Amino acid sequence: MSKAVKQQILISGVGGQGVLFITGLLAEAAINKGLAVFTSETHGMAQRGGTVVSHFKVGDFSSPLIRPFQADGLLVLKDENIAQHGSFLRAGGWAVVNSSNDVKINKDLTASAVDADRLAQEIANPKALNLIVLGLALARAGRKRRDRINLFCSLADVKKVLQKRFGGRQKIRDASIKALEAGYKELRN
Amino acid sequence: MSKSKRRLLLGNEAIARGLIESGCAIATSYPGTPASEILAAVAFFQNQESLPIHTQWAVNEKVAFEVAYAGCQTGLRVAVSMKQVGLNVASDPLMSAAYLGVKGGFVLISADDPGPHSSQTEQDSRLMAMFAKIPVLDPDSPRQAKELMGIAYDLSEAYQIPVMVRPTTRVCHSRQDIALGAIPKTKRAVNFEKNPARWAATPKFRLQLHGELEEKLNAIAKYRPTAPKKLNRTSRATRAIIASGVAAAHIKDILKELKIWSKIPFYQVVQPFPLHSKFIDQMIETYEEILVIEETMGVIEMQLADRYRVKGKMSATVPKVGELSPEKIQQIVTDFAGLKSEVFSIKSPPSRRPTLCPGCPHRASFFAIKKAAPKGIYTSDIGCYTLGLNMGAVDTVLCMGAAISQASGFYHAYKNEKKRPDIVATIGDSTFFHAGVPALIDAVVQKVGFVLVILDNRTTAMTGNQPTPATGQGACGEPTGIVDIRSLVEGCGVKFIREANPYELKNFIPLLKEAVKYSRKNGPAVVISKYPCVLHRARQGESGESIPVEVSDACDGCGYCIKHFECPALIYHDDEDDKHVSIDPILCTACGVCLNVCPKGAFVEKQ
Repeated sequence: MSKAVKQQILISGVGGQGVLFITGLLAEAAINKGLAVFTSETHGMAQRGGTVVSHFKVGDFSSPLIRPFQADGLLVLKDENIAQHGSFLRAGGWAVVNSSNDVKINKDLTASAVDADRLAQEIANPKALNLIVLGLALARAGRKRRDRINLFCSLADVKKVLQKRFGGRQKIRDASIKALEAGYKELRN
Repeated sequence: MSKSKRRLLLGNEAIARGLIESGCAIATSYPGTPASEILAAVAFFQNQESLPIHTQWAVNEKVAFEVAYAGCQTGLRVAVSMKQVGLNVASDPLMSAAYLGVKGGFVLISADDPGPHSSQTEQDSRLMAMFAKIPVLDPDSPRQAKELMGIAYDLSEAYQIPVMVRPTTRVCHSRQDIALGAIPKTKRAVNFEKNPARWAATPKFRLQLHGELEEKLNAIAKYRPTAPKKLNRTSRATRAIIASGVAAAHIKDILKELKIWSKIPFYQVVQPFPLHSKFIDQMIETYEEILVIEETMGVIEMQLADRYRVKGKMSATVPKVGELSPEKIQQIVTDFAGLKSEVFSIKSPPSRRPTLCPGCPHRASFFAIKKAAPKGIYTSDIGCYTLGLNMGAVDTVLCMGAAISQASGFYHAYKNEKKRPDIVATIGDSTFFHAGVPALIDAVVQKVGFVLVILDNRTTAMTGNQPTPATGQGACGEPTGIVDIRSLVEGCGVKFIREANPYELKNFIPLLKEAVKYSRKNGPAVVISKYPCVLHRARQGESGESIPVEVSDACDGCGYCIKHFECPALIYHDDEDDKHVSIDPILCTACGVCLNVCPKGAFVEKQ
């Protein structure tokens, strides 16, 4: 396989936003590429509308959890969570946030923001805000310029996972891919 | 590793797969976070592969344990899974089964929850294993948890003893890519050999069995497949680290990252009890200082006899309370290694508190209870409805079933007072079956004046919608017998029983008032509040009547609904000149319950 890929991404939101769903997509994408994957999730009481966070690791890791200042990337589905999870990001890391405004993660980094709640309403798929945020991150991974982020998978990889996941359920499959692409197209020049 | 055979498995799914690949024939459980997905995954693989396994959700952990135990008495391999506080409920058969031993392999999975994330306590099941005198294995990852199932069965059968496997939340609820193995096709003979001297041993024989149990433990402390492993073989030093469970996984990464992997000898203990006797001797002989890191109590530490050389919980080197996060461990390891320490921990603001879902029928029940007994004492129980706390409708939560017995206790405490408070207990349907029934019988016998509201949402909601005895469906979706809650309450001897839909607040509040009035003079009154869980309905593809609501100009922003109804779909706008409430269209389920909540009548049906 490729030279040792090692990436840690923290995915943060609240119960019901689909944090676990996009974590699962990234994990499937990693497995499809023959990479080792390790994720850690929130279950139980905290899922009832409370803060939900998942730790996602691809590559050779023994520990399921990301330590503070170690995450390569941050996907934030609820911008209020930045106060809680912003400091997981390492120096030089990237962040993509669901927010109507630009969001400063720390003094050196302003996150890419996408108003995924609004965009999801516009494409008549209000629950797909998670895919929109992921879409934007994938767009940055596809860049060649300075705002490029290092992500182990591409838009095509995640689309492939969605296609397999939803199989013959065409309506939900197409709606999901549309949401992912809507986020992807949000990246302005 | 080939691509095709690896699958992303949740720790609990890996455990289930390990059970099945080891020939488990009976699997039982009562749901509880973080253990709930184990049995569901056994049922999934069973359906997928058409395996002749008996898989069941039992009424509680004690029954689950005993059903599985009888299975191993016939020579089958069996498993029972539960969360750590569930093991308290099953501790009675556990203690006795340790003496009697097993014939077929018996694996007890007790999942701990350091943190705690979703539990009443941070208790360490490994200490329960030590108390019961059975061996316990402590996996560090989903992958190891799967491997340990086969090892646990072999150990169990080699010494005819129940074996505990103790995963923690971080093992149960991580996902890892794992290679699937083959499922054995051979079926074991079922053969219960009568031997009353053993299976029904009297105290005299119990003494003998106790002696045999100690001999078994001595032998298991020499059992090679579960012996501790030095992970960095070539390292030499005067100080060493010992760890088990997920703490060992964290330490592996930390030592490598700090570039001291080859500097400090690092041992992983897979079987914390009984700790291998040779290992104890070797550690004490070899090292001047030994750091022990484990969750949540010092089980390994207390078996290393030398207090001067061992650093851990007893020396206050490792915290006794809370989950051992990797950043805490990094600090401890850095200090122990004599490296310059950095501050790794971060102070973060509190998380968003969990809350009842929008459209949850419990919210309607709690709102009505506060209306019917505004100054009452509200005892409650373990389940989603514990979140009635947020509405001020839950005053006590102790353990499963205690809502009813505590209501009795409060009644007796106030019995001779002039002013006696109304008492309203709330308990979920699954919890009522689990541990509420004996408490209700007791309350009937003692003529306790209180109202019991059974929150019947037709499911075990908090843990992921497992069936209850009233559901009529088993773990694999097969039809089962049904126990009707109303008949059960009648059978307990309760004379006042009403069933009603809490969504219909207009009827539900007066009904509760009637029950409260009855209870003051006549003893227990039971109201069964019947409405299905919204999540469960959504999963089943059912939908209820939709009553879309909007906020009229009558809203003056008083905040009553926010405080007393606490629906996540209600948004408060704290604008200087225009304080008001609006409804979040994504979260609202159009249950229509809020129509009867606003004192000014500002919630109106959308035309």
